[in-house]
Amino acid sequence: MIRDDLQDLEIQLFLEALALRHGYDFRRYAKASLKRRVRGLAETEGVREISDMIPRLLQDEGFLPSVLSHLSVPVSEMFRDPAVFLALRRGVLPLLDSYPRISIWLPGCATGEEPYSLAIMLQEEGLLHKAQIYATDINDAALAKAEEGIYPEKTVTAMAAAYLAAGGRKSLSDYFHTAYNFSKIDDQIRKSIVFAHHNLVADGVFCETHLVLCRNVLIYFERQLQNRVLELFHEGLVRGGYLCLGNRESLSFTSCENLFRPLDRKHRIFKKAGGLA
Amino acid sequence: MSADAAGYRAAVIGCSAGGLEALRRLLRPLPEDMALALVVVSHMAADSNGLLPELLARTCRLPVVEAEEKTPALAGRVHVGPAGYHLLVEADGTFSLSLDDKVNNVRPAIDVLFDSAADTWRAGLVGILLTGANSDGTAGLGRIRRRGGLCLVQDPDTAFADTMPRSAVNAGFADHVLELDRMADFLCTLPGARRSGQ
Ligand SMILES: C[S@@+](CC[C@H](N)C(=O)[O-])C[C@H]1O[C@@H](n2cnc3c(N)ncnc32)[C@H](O)[C@@H]1O
Repeated sequence: MIRDDLQDLEIQLFLEALALRHGYDFRRYAKASLKRRVRGLAETEGVREISDMIPRLLQDEGFLPSVLSHLSVPVSEMFRDPAVFLALRRGVLPLLDSYPRISIWLPGCATGEEPYSLAIMLQEEGLLHKAQIYATDINDAALAKAEEGIYPEKTVTAMAAAYLAAGGRKSLSDYFHTAYNFSKIDDQIRKSIVFAHHNLVADGVFCETHLVLCRNVLIYFERQLQNRVLELFHEGLVRGGYLCLGNRESLSFTSCENLFRPLDRKHRIFKKAGGLA
Repeated sequence: MSADAAGYRAAVIGCSAGGLEALRRLLRPLPEDMALALVVVSHMAADSNGLLPELLARTCRLPVVEAEEKTPALAGRVHVGPAGYHLLVEADGTFSLSLDDKVNNVRPAIDVLFDSAADTWRAGLVGILLTGANSDGTAGLGRIRRRGGLCLVQDPDTAFADTMPRSAVNAGFADHVLELDRMADFLCTLPGARRSGQ
């Protein structure tokens, strides 16, 4: 067996061990990029072979957090794809206003940029006071950062234009307190969000939601897992609730294609259709 | 020539600075009965605002589409990776996208596409590295070669930006160093490249 094929086998065994020992199941993630991340982990750990990490995975509890943070990809930006945020602001938030209380779920929230962006918009549209935002992720290190709400000043400055393109009414820096080159999100915004650990592979629905914003997470999953996760969103959404996916994600060819209808195709916003609740 | 029994099945193409013009010149002469699946990653895609497939389609006889996740790489088609995402090929020949960290300071990175495509198509893969001002793609060509594929590199002396092709040539990963205008012809002579045989 040549070395590359052997490495594929070792990766498979490593994922098996991770699932059986710790209950974190990455076996239905899209393989090509996952392989790169497992190799990256081996490099960071300074081991020669992937299989060298298996004993440690089994014996050493302390190893799990760094495995999880290598295998998940907490890469995010404030107001990423501003046109999508603008579409939400104009096309969805006004419709949410009819509910006495609004509940929003952002699975795969990474380091918090997306929930904060949304909360700022809700504030500007006068909805934040009656909104409850749940932002969840599998990566605890990312969640801890998200909860802190502190970002390098220059990333906030860099996103000022995106904020305006998303229909921002003030200046992005109005929502941050800056000192020593770091910017901390305003407390009122921060407190509107509950950050929690939630694993889309294994955990169930935990509340009824009016909007699920899940962008650039499904691309990491194989179809079967995408279907499970979409069914979870469907189950969690109220009838007529909204689902917003990433710019290159769609419901086509998934098991949920007919359970939603497109509200804004270009910006990947869908509305839960009637029928099964 | 080391193509597997069925001949070559796919070509992955990477380019950076000066890439649009280079891609046009590479793709323009390709005949309609091309049987390779063509997959393109360009660092410059972001500048074209998602219009790269359209820009290429104007001067290419083959259909040019954006590569969508979970859809298969098809023979006789040019698939272009979307701006901002790494493009990868899965074992079953379908595409994946990822927002993983930049590689070689870029996303999409040519190495990411080449590595994954090398694992999938092995000796049935042609890697093509064009103009660019960094050294992304060299490691990827190395993997393509290791897995039995064929590596074509644009002649650095005639490239708009020579760093990228030169890096691959210096690493010893180029099976053939070719001028851009000869590349399409060369590609067409490879076993499996055309539906009709030659
Ligand atoms: C590329 S980030 C997307 C961040 C953000 N939604 C955006 O688009 O900017 C993907 C996120 O999904 C999270 N993730 C991966 N697998 C997950 C799982 N099984 N359950 C929950 N979150 C997961 C990762 O930890 C990471 O933070």
